[in-house]
Amino acid sequence: MNAAAFSTLDATLLVVLAWMIIGSIGIALPRRLTLIAHVLFPASAAVSAMLVVIGAMALLGSPHTAVLPLGLPSLPFHVRLDPLAAFFLVVLGAASAGISLFSAGYFRSSEGTPPGLVCLQYHVFLAAMAFVLVADDAYAFMVAWETMALASFFLVTTDHRHPEIRRAGFLYLLIAHVGAIAILLCFGVLQDPGGDYTFANMRAVHRDGAWPSIAFFLALVGFGAKAGVVPLHVWLPEAHPAAPSPVSALMSGVMLKTAIYGLLRVTFDLLHTQVWWWGAIALAVGLVTALYGVIFATVQTDMKRLLAYSSIENIGIIVTGIGLAILFNTYGKELLAAVALTAVLYHTINHALFKSLLFLATGSVLHSTRERSLGKLGGLIHRMPWVAWLALIGTLASAGLPPLNGFVSEWLLLQAFLFTPSLPQSFINMLVPLAAAALVLAAALAGYVMVKFFGIIFLGQPRENTLAYAHDAGRFERVALCVLAVACVLLGVLPVQVIGLLDRVNQALVGSTVGGHGGSWVLLAPIAPDRASYSPLIVLVVIVAVVLLTIQVVHRYYHGRLRRGAPWDCGFPLQTPRMQDTAEGFGQPIRQVFEIFFRIERHLPSPFDNAPRYTVRVEDRWWYLLYAPVATAVDFLARLIGLIQQGRIAVYLLYSFATLIALLYLVR
Amino acid sequence: MSYTGILSQLLQVALALALAPLLMGWINQCRAWLSNKRAPPITLPYRTIVKLFHKDAVVANNASGVFRIAPYVMFGSMACAAAIVPSIATDLPFAAAADAIALVGLFALARVFIALAAMDIGTAFGSLGARREMFVGFLAEPALLMVLFTVALISNSTSLPTIVETLAHRELVIYPSLAFAGVAFTMVSLAENARIPIDNPATHLELTMIHEAMVLEYSARHLALIEWASALKLFNYSCIGLALFLPFGIAEGSGDWIAIALAMPALIGKLLVGGVALAFIETVSAKLRIFRAPEFLGTAFLLAVLAMLVNQLLGA
Repeated sequence: MNAAAFSTLDATLLVVLAWMIIGSIGIALPRRLTLIAHVLFPASAAVSAMLVVIGAMALLGSPHTAVLPLGLPSLPFHVRLDPLAAFFLVVLGAASAGISLFSAGYFRSSEGTPPGLVCLQYHVFLAAMAFVLVADDAYAFMVAWETMALASFFLVTTDHRHPEIRRAGFLYLLIAHVGAIAILLCFGVLQDPGGDYTFANMRAVHRDGAWPSIAFFLALVGFGAKAGVVPLHVWLPEAHPAAPSPVSALMSGVMLKTAIYGLLRVTFDLLHTQVWWWGAIALAVGLVTALYGVIFATVQTDMKRLLAYSSIENIGIIVTGIGLAILFNTYGKELLAAVALTAVLYHTINHALFKSLLFLATGSVLHSTRERSLGKLGGLIHRMPWVAWLALIGTLASAGLPPLNGFVSEWLLLQAFLFTPSLPQSFINMLVPLAAAALVLAAALAGYVMVKFFGIIFLGQPRENTLAYAHDAGRFERVALCVLAVACVLLGVLPVQVIGLLDRVNQALVGSTVGGHGGSWVLLAPIAPDRASYSPLIVLVVIVAVVLLTIQVVHRYYHGRLRRGAPWDCGFPLQTPRMQDTAEGFGQPIRQVFEIFFRIERHLPSPFDNAPRYTVRVEDRWWYLLYAPVATAVDFLARLIGLIQQGRIAVYLLYSFATLIALLYLVR
Repeated sequence: MSYTGILSQLLQVALALALAPLLMGWINQCRAWLSNKRAPPITLPYRTIVKLFHKDAVVANNASGVFRIAPYVMFGSMACAAAIVPSIATDLPFAAAADAIALVGLFALARVFIALAAMDIGTAFGSLGARREMFVGFLAEPALLMVLFTVALISNSTSLPTIVETLAHRELVIYPSLAFAGVAFTMVSLAENARIPIDNPATHLELTMIHEAMVLEYSARHLALIEWASALKLFNYSCIGLALFLPFGIAEGSGDWIAIALAMPALIGKLLVGGVALAFIETVSAKLRIFRAPEFLGTAFLLAVLAMLVNQLLGA
């Protein structure tokens, strides 16, 4: 390696530095809203865009390492930029470029925390995420990881005047730390006997017996807590609605992906071996998460909670893919492992983009209407056409429809499932069709969720009179949404080019590539063209051509006459906005079919009520199955400890005296 | 890619566009005969479509662009789907661009657009229809995918022409996996095409309709396109079923015009028989309550999964 040359790693560190500088300027001038909004955030977006370029270059280049003169005297930070880290840097840069641009038009001074402080927290968050990705020893990793958790905690509680937001922030912090403990223990298991915590040494150490499995489980729990894997998902639907929308977008789009990065780093890079049943467990956990998330998403009435549950679903799909990749890898099917891994990575960047787009769109809706509840929105496509049409692209991508990007990753994952029968284990061969069935069920339900999301917010009649005053998003916000929507379309129609980049990661992790099996620049063929091929660009062109041709033919041979009138609705004279489906109504069939998943408290009015009231509360069973007992136990223990606290100084002195005597006796 | 391939592709799409309303008319005729009624002429669907094209479109005051674009998107996706399904030939250049999974994706695209359009006006029936359509779809779509997975596993490919060629050259015995898949596919087709027992295409009774509730607000050219696209959807599903479970007579290889010429009457013959079967099923069964639909479709889904398991474990 040429030490004098300016490497991509140096460039990445400069990006981190630039973000820290932008944050510092923000905190130095905390009340200068115009400066922060119109200079600092756009500058930060430009830095993010540079990070995309740097990441893409690093993806094509060779790994770089460096030691930074930071940290404790004998424990300097090691950093390394390899294809895996580079790919996640691209994800970070691409999503944050859009989100920062949106933030330029979004943050106002009225939200509890002064804008300068938000600016600092936001950029520390970004910098910490970038540093997590390049960290090359456990110490640097944990420092960056905790910085990321803390920065995001403060961002979640930006509007800290509301008690429920503080509560959500606390829950998030709690689960983040449960996860961090598991990750710390995982690194403890992986360390080399000499107490060296660099990743390079962890790779070299070969542990036998149960240790690799223990490390895998700790990683699954630790990173799963951050990613929102069931049953550690409960913080997501609380924290996302509480946070400002750009922060929700950043957390859902990027921060969850750093957990996926960590899981991939530990299982595919640091651990020298893999065991097949790790894959089976990751597969099962992923599928449960996907189904659980999507079923809960259908019954939500708050638009940001709905998106939070949808994120849980997508994380489930990603973890399923990781499980499948591990399975294939342990049986020596590198090509299939590469297909599954490509699906994982592709879905990671897809979800980062379309979920950011959707969260930002909810931010625009929230600013314009001050309303988060789906039951009080509606018809916004007329008042906010830009946001609505761009959100439609995100909605279709999220529903996994061709020719957009969500479909590509689902297609790849299903292809990976379809080529499983070549495995030597009959148990797995039986499991896989069932898993594929569960996966397509989750994917189909995602369509239901997205129709609900878009239809109730943007279509129909406005459910409240105040919605008539809603206004479209500002300039920065529009541009940001456009950037993300265009990225979704491009990722959707150019999969071959994207996979050409992803193959560098595949090569590094499983030693095989997906590209170069007989496809062309426009035709994606992961195994061989006669087995499966897909070309979204051709599909898009053909559909658009057919649609345009039909419009032309109809107008040419018949006419284009059109008249506006009142809606027909089977001739019913009275039609009020109240007669449309509410969010509860739209989710009701799913609630009924999957009743067993929910804990429902429902109050139905009797026919003789003069003032009939209908209430329904749908809750997560995990609260009562897992969290409430743990909380009760902790409470009980705390009360036992409380018994020895008498509040009198003499008693405490007695304790100290007794302790001293005991220690003297023991140590002597 | 060859010119003959493109030609046979275009021929197939044209045939689908032309024959789809005829299939609809034939089924309606059979239904009428089976229930001892005087049958409408077989060409009635064509006349309806032409009549609708001539009328002036009336669109609700608060309709947005989604409402106006949805019929075209639905029609476009169904026409693309007609190009992928090997109904008369397997030499289809476009099929390389979209395999069986993408075919299901195209159907889903049409469904999502029409459901969104139904919610666009904000009437009670529209949103009710949209909700029910998505409800039926969330179970039917995975079941259809599972059926396609079963045949994809048999032929080691998700490309429909390859699947059809493999299935057509297998020994002519009843395979348990294909039998399960066939039953599942029939059930899914009934649900997806708004037929009895899930929906009734002939009713406008408010409490029971699904598809009709969604398209209540449409008129004139938009309605004509939706009707045509629905007919095309039924035609596509019939052709998928025939191609997977009776894959005989479909022309293979490129440029074999005699085979293609022979494939057309074979297809028409199979469709005539299929239409009678569909009309028979519809006549002898009653419409299910909407909340019995999950049981019906759940059965289809389980049968399809069973088909895949049987194929996977027993290789049969």
